[in-house]
Amino acid sequence: MRQAAAEHILTPAIRTEDFRFYYGSHEALKGITLSVEQNEITALIGPSGCGKSTFLRSLNRMNDLIPDTRTAGEIWIGGKDITKPAEDTVALRKQVGMVFQHASPFPFSIYDNVAYGPRIHGKVRKAELDELVESCLQSAALWDEVKDTLNKPAGSLSGGQQQRLMIARALATKPDILLMDEPTSALDPISGAKIERLIQSLKTQFTIVLVTHNMQQAARISDRTAFFLNGEVKETGRTEMIFNSPVYEETKDYISGKFG
Amino acid sequence: MAKLVKETEHPLFKKSSKLRTERFGKGLTFAAVLLTALLTAAIFFLVISKGLSTFFVNGGSVKEFFTGSTWNPGQKHEGGSPIIGALPFLTGSLAVTGLSALICTPLAIGAALFMSEISPKAGRKVMQPVIELLVGIPSVVYGFIGLSVVVPLLRDHVTGSGFGIAAGTIVLSVMILPTVTSLALDAIQAVPRSLREASLALGSTRWQMIYKVILKTAKPGLLMAVIFGMARAFGEALAVQMVIGNASVIPHSLFEPASTLTSILTMGMGYTVLGTAENNALWTLALILLLMSLAFTIAVRWIGRGKPQ
Repeated sequence: MRQAAAEHILTPAIRTEDFRFYYGSHEALKGITLSVEQNEITALIGPSGCGKSTFLRSLNRMNDLIPDTRTAGEIWIGGKDITKPAEDTVALRKQVGMVFQHASPFPFSIYDNVAYGPRIHGKVRKAELDELVESCLQSAALWDEVKDTLNKPAGSLSGGQQQRLMIARALATKPDILLMDEPTSALDPISGAKIERLIQSLKTQFTIVLVTHNMQQAARISDRTAFFLNGEVKETGRTEMIFNSPVYEETKDYISGKFG
Repeated sequence: MAKLVKETEHPLFKKSSKLRTERFGKGLTFAAVLLTALLTAAIFFLVISKGLSTFFVNGGSVKEFFTGSTWNPGQKHEGGSPIIGALPFLTGSLAVTGLSALICTPLAIGAALFMSEISPKAGRKVMQPVIELLVGIPSVVYGFIGLSVVVPLLRDHVTGSGFGIAAGTIVLSVMILPTVTSLALDAIQAVPRSLREASLALGSTRWQMIYKVILKTAKPGLLMAVIFGMARAFGEALAVQMVIGNASVIPHSLFEPASTLTSILTMGMGYTVLGTAENNALWTLALILLLMSLAFTIAVRWIGRGKPQ
């Protein structure tokens, strides 16, 4: 175990090499070179339209769904350049889970929502599924609230519960990396704080990339921060460095709220 | 204390002309609603009273109507009641409706999925106009095509005269296909994009997303589409009458001439006199059609109300 952990520190979970993304002829990402370390929370911050969400969605190829886009450069995850068209997106997305801004529970029961991922990847044995659903709900700090109502529709949960269910659902495919796109921005502060605590507890098992508009959130829970501006990574480093002694004037202005 | 203004002097108490137009508009729309409601009620009353008089005035047997297989309302049994076995038409109508829904549903859902999920561009540009065009074709044209193409084809390549339930089913399936496709498309497109993304982000293939999320989520809407199609098929008279053969026997094969409620109704109404037992018997068929369409409407409403998530 020790040895494996040491190895992890040496290889970043995600490494991008001059990654570019184009919507038609518009270059939305202008050469991103960034490393995301294992078992850390990396926060992507920056003003609207800076490309941080586009970058996040490139990491599990969700941008494939948008017509008329193309990429250049490389993204290395698990020893593979996942930008290659031949790369298996099904396997990639199983390995790189995603939690969206708005909870989108399937109109099924709580249980079936969590079991969805394992089922599409071929896990059908009831006992195995039961165990997995329970452990994922427990990891997402939702088990105690729903253990007696697993057959109730997921839509009957509160907003914060739904978002934790989405995290449980993402965990159920046993990913290595979790991408989170502003997971708390649609929630009230109390539910948001719960999710934040949850995210922090998850980093022992997962590598987390978190897009957030909430500077305090980035400062509170992330280990590393990358500041995006106009399709480039302006500055990146340990979160306390970025927030306490940023190198660039723009970074300082952004984190002190001069522009957003 | 403030000085009291006389009611008629204060501007707020003046009747405004706007109020008058408002009342006029209200009255006008209310009259329209009332007229529509009255007309519907009148039609229901007429069809129900006429339809029931077969049983209450002419002394027909309800049991015979639903189970008897001989239809000859002009003639009487020894006891004096008319011969009104409508089972052949009931089975004919149910058979063509059910079978055409069975053929049409997978095609319509398949086409709708193609238009929405596989090739939205071609769907919007090519398929949608084609389907709108197909919806607009009068049923007599479908019937005519059935008579000139489907019936000879069945006669030459399958068996019998070509007229029968099979021909009726084929014509009806083609006829309701555009309606069902277009409604199914609406239902599928109503599935939120976030659910599609959620499924794909969990590593599902597009096909898994379609059958595990989209079809499941759109199920009430799809069911509604099929019921709408069935309602249309059940009530269709002209096209069916042209190809089904119109023999009032219980069909033992899909390729023998048969008949439906609507085809007997259209065939018979020109030859009977209002008030006779023969005429009343046709009204009874009309009553069944009315009740069935009511049942379809209620079913659609009931499904449409849906269950809360």
